Parts: sequence; structure tokens; C-alpha cells
Amino acid sequence: MTLTSDNKQTNTENSITATIDGIQVQVPKGTLIIRAAERMGTFVPRFCDHPALAPVAACRMCLVEIEGMPKPQPSCAIALTEGMNVKTQMTSTVAQEAQAGVMEFLLINHPLDCPVCDKGGECPLQNQAMTAGRAESRFDIEKRTFPKPIELSTEILLDRERCVECARCTRFSEEIAGDPFIELLERGAKQQVGIATDEPFNSYFSGNTVQICPVGALTSSSYRFRARPFDLVSVPTTCEHCAAGCSLRTDYRRETVMRRLAWEDPAVNEDWNCDKGRFAFAYLKENRLTQPKVRTKNGNQVDALWPDAIDFAAKGILQAKGKVGVLLGGRLTMEDAYAYSKFARLALATNDIDFRNRVNSEEEQDFLGSVVAGSGGSVTYADLEKAQNVVLVNFEPEEESPIIFLRLRKAAQKGNLKVTAIAPYLTRSLEKINAEVVATKPGDEAKVLRGLKIAQESIILVGERAAATPGTLSAVIEIAEKTNSKLSWIPRRAGERGAVEIGALPNLLPGGRPVTEVSARNDVAAIWGVNGSDIPNKPGRNHSEIIQAALSGEIKALVIAGLDVMDAPDPQALGQAINAVDFVITLGIQENSLTRYANVSLPVAPVTEKSGTFINWEGRPRPFGRAITSTNALTDARVLAMMAESLGLDFGLQTIEELRQELSSFGSWNGKKLDKPSVASIGAANVSVGSAILSTWNLLLDDGALQKGEEHLAGTQRPVVAHLSAKTAAENNLESGDKVTISNSRGSIIIKLEIIEMVNDVVWIPSNNHDSKVKSKLGAKEGDVVTIQKGSF
Amino acid sequence: MAELPQMMRAFGVTFLSMFRKVTTEQYPEVKVPTQERFHGKHQLNRHPDGLEKCVGCELCAWACPADAIYVEGASNEEGDRFSPGERYGRVYQINYLRCIGCGLCIEACPTRALTMTNEYELADNSRTKLIYEKEDLLAPIQPGMVQPPHSMIDDFVAQDYYDGKVTGASAEQFAEVELIKQKNQGI
Repeated sequence: MTLTSDNKQTNTENSITATIDGIQVQVPKGTLIIRAAERMGTFVPRFCDHPALAPVAACRMCLVEIEGMPKPQPSCAIALTEGMNVKTQMTSTVAQEAQAGVMEFLLINHPLDCPVCDKGGECPLQNQAMTAGRAESRFDIEKRTFPKPIELSTEILLDRERCVECARCTRFSEEIAGDPFIELLERGAKQQVGIATDEPFNSYFSGNTVQICPVGALTSSSYRFRARPFDLVSVPTTCEHCAAGCSLRTDYRRETVMRRLAWEDPAVNEDWNCDKGRFAFAYLKENRLTQPKVRTKNGNQVDALWPDAIDFAAKGILQAKGKVGVLLGGRLTMEDAYAYSKFARLALATNDIDFRNRVNSEEEQDFLGSVVAGSGGSVTYADLEKAQNVVLVNFEPEEESPIIFLRLRKAAQKGNLKVTAIAPYLTRSLEKINAEVVATKPGDEAKVLRGLKIAQESIILVGERAAATPGTLSAVIEIAEKTNSKLSWIPRRAGERGAVEIGALPNLLPGGRPVTEVSARNDVAAIWGVNGSDIPNKPGRNHSEIIQAALSGEIKALVIAGLDVMDAPDPQALGQAINAVDFVITLGIQENSLTRYANVSLPVAPVTEKSGTFINWEGRPRPFGRAITSTNALTDARVLAMMAESLGLDFGLQTIEELRQELSSFGSWNGKKLDKPSVASIGAANVSVGSAILSTWNLLLDDGALQKGEEHLAGTQRPVVAHLSAKTAAENNLESGDKVTISNSRGSIIIKLEIIEMVNDVVWIPSNNHDSKVKSKLGAKEGDVVTIQKGSF
Repeated sequence: MAELPQMMRAFGVTFLSMFRKVTTEQYPEVKVPTQERFHGKHQLNRHPDGLEKCVGCELCAWACPADAIYVEGASNEEGDRFSPGERYGRVYQINYLRCIGCGLCIEACPTRALTMTNEYELADNSRTKLIYEKEDLLAPIQPGMVQPPHSMIDDFVAQDYYDGKVTGASAEQFAEVELIKQKNQGI
């Protein structure tokens, strides 16, 4: 039997031949016995072994007989060698008895509380006790007990009685996440997982320990006692929380999502996901809109029937045709974003569409059109793992794309990756990937990049925050070309890359086609069944310009989809714009201040109730199917098709199949792309004592719209503090622990100060945690100047 | 007249039946007791102090071949305790339109919370009325018990309940429930 059938060579220097259970196997050198047995179909029982973690042989469950060795050996820690003769429990009574003995030892102190244990029904210990254990226990004295459970964090609970000391959780935390908050303490029968009393398990990846725990020792507060595996329906889905594109398993019961788990995908998230993707799904039920609502003449919003609401919306649009702006939230699936893109061009006859409900610039949309659109697969996760040099520009991996962080850390652990980060300070996440920080003031990125010695054929990852500082993206392109490096843009939200591809931008049509090119418009028009001249040929307004135009009266109506006002780059301006226009249509899943204000509010389906595709940062399509089928929620695309019909246009696009069919007919664009931006950098602002340059980014766990309703998760947010360098703090007469007031003409934020080693004249605060709400309180962005002073409550 | 003997024989059957034992049951005027181990309506039992035995483990639902049982567990919180230990059954439904009375559920029950009574009158005039909720299934409070939620007996742990050390509600438990009652009335 040959186990290396994928590479045709049968006998090379790198493969060895051995015997397992009397069957000859040929495997690559270094293959563990347990893995080789697995591949030939023999499952050796195990608890501590995990393919992604280094072997420890802690649980002793996988004992097998090896010819020439005096005692049974752990198959998870020994590699096959040439000519080795291994007998597993299938053919050896020695192995069988050894495993039964270990199982008996493990069960001595394991409580018989399966009926109240969350793992019951999917528990490796339960299963293997059935195959390798005794029917009756011989142990009749009292078991070791611990008070249960203890809270490792608000989200993760530890029940030490159930633990079999396999160390999967502690090894994961140390090896994979780099957050060694938990550790095995004590010895012998008293051995237990422990944690420091003053430092909770606030790792962004803590949920993975619950998933890999082979017993019910680690459970999560949010899933505790809520369901049993046998009454859950499991469906594969794609995570909607960021642009990483993790495969997830969604388990639901009676139309309610009970939990989400990481689904193994070697090319993307491997075996892991982050806590946001795992635990933040309560929003699916919070404040859901179920009925279309229409604002009547007397100003009240009332429930309406679908046909009436659609007609009303269509009439409102018709009155403002050509003067309608479309603002999208960046969380839409590619198919839905495409429907908006088409609707804007055909039904509204405008290019005033923008998906960037965050800091944005014209430079950025040129960058997206010239470099990002249609560049799928230029950098992949595998590339990051193999990379020698990675440069991070305005990108904080753990906070803004945690799976990229895990890959970078994996590569950095192997020792062959050098990460250089252009950032104001060495964050915890950058420290964990051994990054070298070039301390940079916001605004100086372009200057620093040009002055930096970057190795040829590096990988440059640039975050969405680069749009905040003019010239950064231009410099990134210039440097990437000069050093022959690969360049990848990492947005935060799941729908952003897809929205670029399908042209939900003022200057782009689907497939990276510039709106200014005649042949591009003709291409698209042919697929849409219209004349090329029907597609508006002038680049439209972007997010900020749409809001300006609404304020000045040039735009009379707004179509707003999947957008939370608190996410907007300037929530106050958006609020004023909505007040200024005559007609507002919102499409969303939750009731919020926008939908309450709308003339027509239309409810649409969340990710669990529709099929769709997210394009992750690599440009990799991540399609997912509908999980919950019994609700009658409609997709955005379907609602737009109905609206188009009401306007007398035939859109088709009623079903996901039609949408995907039409999308696939675009093919790639070989014509002229948009010109690459070349914007001069203006450099960092000059500040004097009493003021500082603002630096800010969104933390992974914050008060975002999709994290609402999950307080256990919110409890694991990082502490909210402002950062200043010692010099800047001293100049402003501030000390660590002081309250500092950060303010501008709009408002102020009062927050605790922590002095760290960072670039001078810069103050860093989180964007959207507790009191630190940069957008709504200051309306400011990275690089703006704010005043700092000692604050008090 | 060849039919006469046949007719005599036929009337003979009728006549003889008048002296046989009557098997007709006068239900519902007279209710004949069932066999002792008849599989009737379920009952959710209580510990002697009134706490529920059900821990919401869903094993009954798992065992049910007719998918007639629906259970949702929940955490016992301090001051809001329904059963000894950490977990209790927050929702418990048996759909008697589906139940086939096989009794696999009571065999599966790890705490002897679920048993069957001899109650067989399970008919009604709407389908929804035949989905029995937890309060329809719970055993009534007997003398010596107090209505949960209330704490476990002082210094007792869940295992003591399973070991049969509890014989009835303690004075503290009576006092606790009385206090809650007064508080609720106050509000």
C-alpha cells in the first residue's frame, strides 16, 4: 500500500517503508505513527494529539506496540522509521490492554456528569470510553472534585474536574495564538489548568480552545446548556465579520443560531477562527426588521405590504431620478452589491454609488480600480506563510484581520519571516509576530516608505486606513513596483473586496472596468441588455461627495443599505444629509436610527437566511449556502429586482442562480484600467504642546453593529486606554493612569492614559470602544490634529 | 321449514350470552384501573424538598423514536434555582400527538426525573392542547415540599440529592420561599 500516491514516486530518499498491523505502508519521512495509521483507515484513540499542534504525548491514550521496544509507545509522538513494525489495538492485545488501562486511569477522576455537560454527544472521551473502556468502573472511592466552573474570561469557563490534562488548550494558546494566559499547574492527580487571578483569558482566539478540548472542561458562556449536538442542524457558512473569509460551521435549532465553530479549510483559516466570528451572532435576532415600513404624510412610519412599499419607494426614486446617491455598508455579499451596482446605473442613471462606509478618498478609489479590482490571488495565505519579507502599512493584523495574523505568526515562529510594520508603536500583535516597527506618525507613511530599505520581492500588505492619509497608497504602489513586490489590500469588512470587483464604486463597473472607457461600458451594456449610452459615462461621487451633494441639495434622494450610522466616517454629516434630502430608502436587517428615519424601510435577509459569496482579501470567492430556510426574508438583490420591475425595467436577478450566471458572464477586463493614483503626500501635521496627531484603528472586539447583544464576548474586549510616548506625555504634564481629554471642535473623549514606547506627538485611542468613539464624538480620522489635556470627570 | 333448526341455533347463541360475564366497560362512568405498569402520561418528578429532578439533558428527546419531546436546558443561577446542580430544564414539552408510549424516554432519563403514570385520558379537541408543557407534566407539590425556585438544603451538594440524603424541605427553604413571596407581593 502506498500512501504517497499523490506524488507518483514510489521509493525516494524522502519516503520510508514500514509495517502497521501487518500491512506495508510507504510514507514520507517524519510521518507520525498515528497519522500513518489514520491514513490507512485505522483510528488510534487519542486526546492530546492535534495535527496543528506539536506532539507532547500527554494523555497516553494512543499507545501502540512497536516491535523491539519493551513497552507500548505513544503513536502520536513517534515518527515511523524504516522497517518499523507497529501493531495498533486492531491486531495487538498489548496495545489494546494498554489503551484500556489508560482509559481506566483517565476515568478515575472524570465526573460522570455527561447529562449536564455541553460536550455530551460529541465528546471524544465519551466515544473512546465506549470503544476502549470498561462497562463498569472498578473505582469505588471518592473522586477528586473542584469547585466548578471557574471563569477564565467572561466567555470561557473551565471545569477542572472534567479535564484529562491533554494540554491542547495551553499548547494552542502558546503555539498558535501567542496568548499564554493559561498553563498547566501542579503535579500528579492535582494537575490542573490554571490562570493568573488578575489576568483573564482575553485572547482573540480563546474560543478555539473550547472547540479542541476533547472533554467538556472548557465551555463557552454563550452556548452553555443551550443545546445538544443531536438537535442541532449544522451547515457550512462563510464568516461575515471580516475579509479573512473563514469557513465556519453554523449550528442552529428552531430557526435560532445556537453556536458557530471553525470549519477546517487548509487554504484559508486552517483549523481556527477568531472569537468575533465564533461568538458574535446574537445580532441575527436583535432588533430584526420583519415588515416593510413606509412614512405616511403625517410623518409616522407604518407597516406596509411589500407591493405597496416597493411602489412607494419606486415613486420616490422616480421623482429624484439622476439625483439619487447609493450608500452601501461594505458588509453585503458580492451578489447583493452587484445588484446595487446595476440598479444605480440602470434604474437611477447615476454613478453615485460607494460601498466605503468608512474613511475614504479619491486616491483610494483609483487605487482600488487600478491595483485591486481583478487581481484575485496575487497574494494568498500560503504566500504569507512562505514569505521572507512582509511589510505592513497602516495595517494591524490581529485587530483588523486575525487570520492573517495567525498565518504571519505561524511563519514567524518557523523563523524565516521578517515583518516590518509602519505603525506608531509596537503593538502586542506586532510583538507576537516578531515585527520590527518603523515608528511613524500618521501622515508620514509615504515618506517613511520611500526611505525604507525594502527587500526585493517582498509582500506589502496595506490596510484600509491608508485612505486616511493622502499619498500613502500612491507611495505603496510606487514602492511595490520599484522592489518588484507583491501588493495586497486588506479591507476590514467581508463585503468590501467583492464590492470592488462588481463595481460598487463611483468610477468602476463590474470586473474592474472604468466607467470612463467606451468599450468597458459597451461590454457591460451588452450583458445588461441595454445600449452603451444608457450607462452614465462620468465618474460619480464617492461617499463623502454624496453626503456633501445631499447637503447642498444636488442629491435629492438616498438609497442606504446595510449601513450603521455609527460606522460612517462622519456620523453627524450623514445625519444632516438624511435630514436634507427629500426621500430616503433603507434596506437592512436591524432597526437602527437610519431605518427609523427612512421614508421606506425594507427588511432584508441576514447571511444565515440567504445564499451568497464573500470575496476575501486574497480575491478568493467564498460562496455559502442558506442555513435557515424557513423564514421568508428577501435578499437585497431580490428587493432591488422588484423595485426595478416597479420602475418598468426587467432586471431578472430574482434568484441567486441568475445572479451568479450573470456575474460569471463578465469575465476579465483586458482593456485599459484606471490610472494608478499618484498623489503627493502632505506629511504629518506639525503639532505644538497641547495637541497631538490622532492615530486610531478599530479593535477586533469593539462596539460594532454586528457584535451587539453578546455581552460575554464584549467582556473580553481589550482595555480601553489612550497611548502617548513618555516625551509627549511629559510635555503635556501627563502621567500613566491619568485621565486624558482628547478633543477637537466637535467634541471630546475622556480616557485613561497609558504611556508606552511610541512615536512622539501622536496620541492613539481605539476607534469604537466604550467612551472612545472617534467617529461619533470627534468626527475625526487618523492623521487629524486633536488637543490633549489632563482630564477629569 | 328447513330453516327452523338453524334459527333455533342462532337464537340459542343470543340466549346463552345472557348468562355469560359482561365485558362491556361503562367508561367514562366507571373507570377501570389499568395494569400497574401501563405506559400513560409522563410525569416530571421532584426531589423531596420540591426541587425538580430534571436537569434538561435532553437524553429523553434523544431516545424518543417519534421525536415527541423537546427540551431546552438552562443554567441555575444564584437565587433562581430549579434543580440541584448547575443545569435544569427550562423548556420541557411532550407532544402527545406523536408520543407512542414506548417508554424509551424514561429508560434514558439519568435522574429518574421522567416517569410514566397510568393516566391514559390523552384526548382533546385541538392539536396545540396536546403539546404538554413543563407545568402540565411536573408532579404536584406534596406536603413537605416547597415550590422552586429556591436554594438547595444548606451544606448539601447535588450529589447528596442523588444519594437520597434529602427527605424533605428544610425550615430555611420554607423561610426563603416565604420571603420571596412577601417580596413579590410588596412589589
